[in-house]
Amino acid sequence: MDWIYDLSTWLQGMTAGAEPWNSYARYLPQLLQGVWVTLQLVVLSGVVGILLAVPLALMRVSKNPWIWVLPYCYIFFFRGTPLLVQIFLVYYGLSQFEALREMGWIWDSVLSQAYWCAIITFSLHTAAYIAELFRGAIQSVPKGEIEAAMALGLSRRQQYKKVILPRAFGMILPAYGNEVILMLKGSALASTITLLDLMGATRNVIARTYMNLEFFLLAGVLYLLIAAVFIGFFRLLENWFNAHQHATHLSTRQLDVQVQDEHLKDTAR
Amino acid sequence: MDLHGFGHLLLAGTWVTLKLAFVSLFFGLVLGLLGALAKRSSLAPLRWLATTYTTLMRGLPELLLVLIIYFGTTELLLHLFDIYVEVSAFAAGVAALSIAFGAYATEVFRGALQELPKGQIEAAQALGMKPFKIFWLVMLPQLWRLALPGLGNLFLVLLKDTALVSVIGLNDLMRQAYVAAGFTKLPFTFYMAAAGIYLVLTIIFMQLLRLMEQRANRGYLEGGR
Repeated sequence: MDWIYDLSTWLQGMTAGAEPWNSYARYLPQLLQGVWVTLQLVVLSGVVGILLAVPLALMRVSKNPWIWVLPYCYIFFFRGTPLLVQIFLVYYGLSQFEALREMGWIWDSVLSQAYWCAIITFSLHTAAYIAELFRGAIQSVPKGEIEAAMALGLSRRQQYKKVILPRAFGMILPAYGNEVILMLKGSALASTITLLDLMGATRNVIARTYMNLEFFLLAGVLYLLIAAVFIGFFRLLENWFNAHQHATHLSTRQLDVQVQDEHLKDTAR
Repeated sequence: MDLHGFGHLLLAGTWVTLKLAFVSLFFGLVLGLLGALAKRSSLAPLRWLATTYTTLMRGLPELLLVLIIYFGTTELLLHLFDIYVEVSAFAAGVAALSIAFGAYATEVFRGALQELPKGQIEAAQALGMKPFKIFWLVMLPQLWRLALPGLGNLFLVLLKDTALVSVIGLNDLMRQAYVAAGFTKLPFTFYMAAAGIYLVLTIIFMQLLRLMEQRANRGYLEGGR
């Protein structure tokens, strides 16, 4: 990515030594690298989280106590303890076990690496929250839709695959978007286990420049920008996924002239 | 679980965590209430200010907020007024956590204010009550019942966020677990112990909140307003 360094040099020239802009320009490559790591953490854990959440939620809605008790405890643990404790448990805690440390590549290239520990922790963490959202959505799929599916002769499995899960997914989309934003904020904790995400890169730069306020504020702006991008993306996704719900949101002015009745005008805002 | 004599340290840390959580809760509630009133104010600049506050604070990582306040305040005061003030980790933690809590609480209070029956306020006005008196005697007691479930959730989030203040060296539960883990070389044991204590606190507060909600809803029919 040489062009970033070229851009950085060019921007430094533009600032003519004026602070903090000159330092901003000089450390731009490090910060962008941090943004990239943060994006990887959020997107990967968001995807793995939702994949884990589906089976968790399906087990959680079971009526058999032997099936729901395990996901219940899992969800309770991950929602009831701080993310910082969880990430330390995985990154520092696992090294306590001799057996794990002798597992060859699993230890050497996954469980002892800050990057993978962060991804594992965030995925497990966000999966617990998403599973709880999913459970609520599965339970609030309108009964009539399930009865209709039964009347069509769909098996239990087909009902879940074709009716219940797609409906539940549409219902949780806005909440899932919120969850991803919360995960973005939580991902800053990766810096506590030496990972150079946006937060980590910022702290690194501050250790060199002593410009606390300037670089924390810049990091804040970057976090807000990333959040804005995610919010925009989820808006699009929602419009696309829940398109059937938007059909009625046309204002009367956009309706066909034939339909524009006098009584409609009264209620139109 | 063998804690190698570090149990009392964890308990001392738990006490600091609780103090931090409750002091932040107090200031956070004040900020949230002010924010909600500002959002419904007739003055546009106040509304604008409150919206900026909630939008910004809900998009920033809490860790960043803690670090900005801890490291930034000293620098800012030195820069602006040429005075050197060392901010304690506890004060910085309270400031950061209550600002974050206040932003979310603003939305909870705003929602509750919207749900207040308009007739109540009109009745108070008809009785000739002054705006402050209406707020204090009519709105606030009813707000409590409507806002309690949302605020309860926020408090449980706040309780877990207190762990972030350990990053700037406050001797809370998380920090004590970190210290004990370093001494004994038993990180899993101590972080698990800390997790257990956080879970117990969560369970206790969840039960307390349930009782408080029951009490706040006494006299109201199930499912009614």
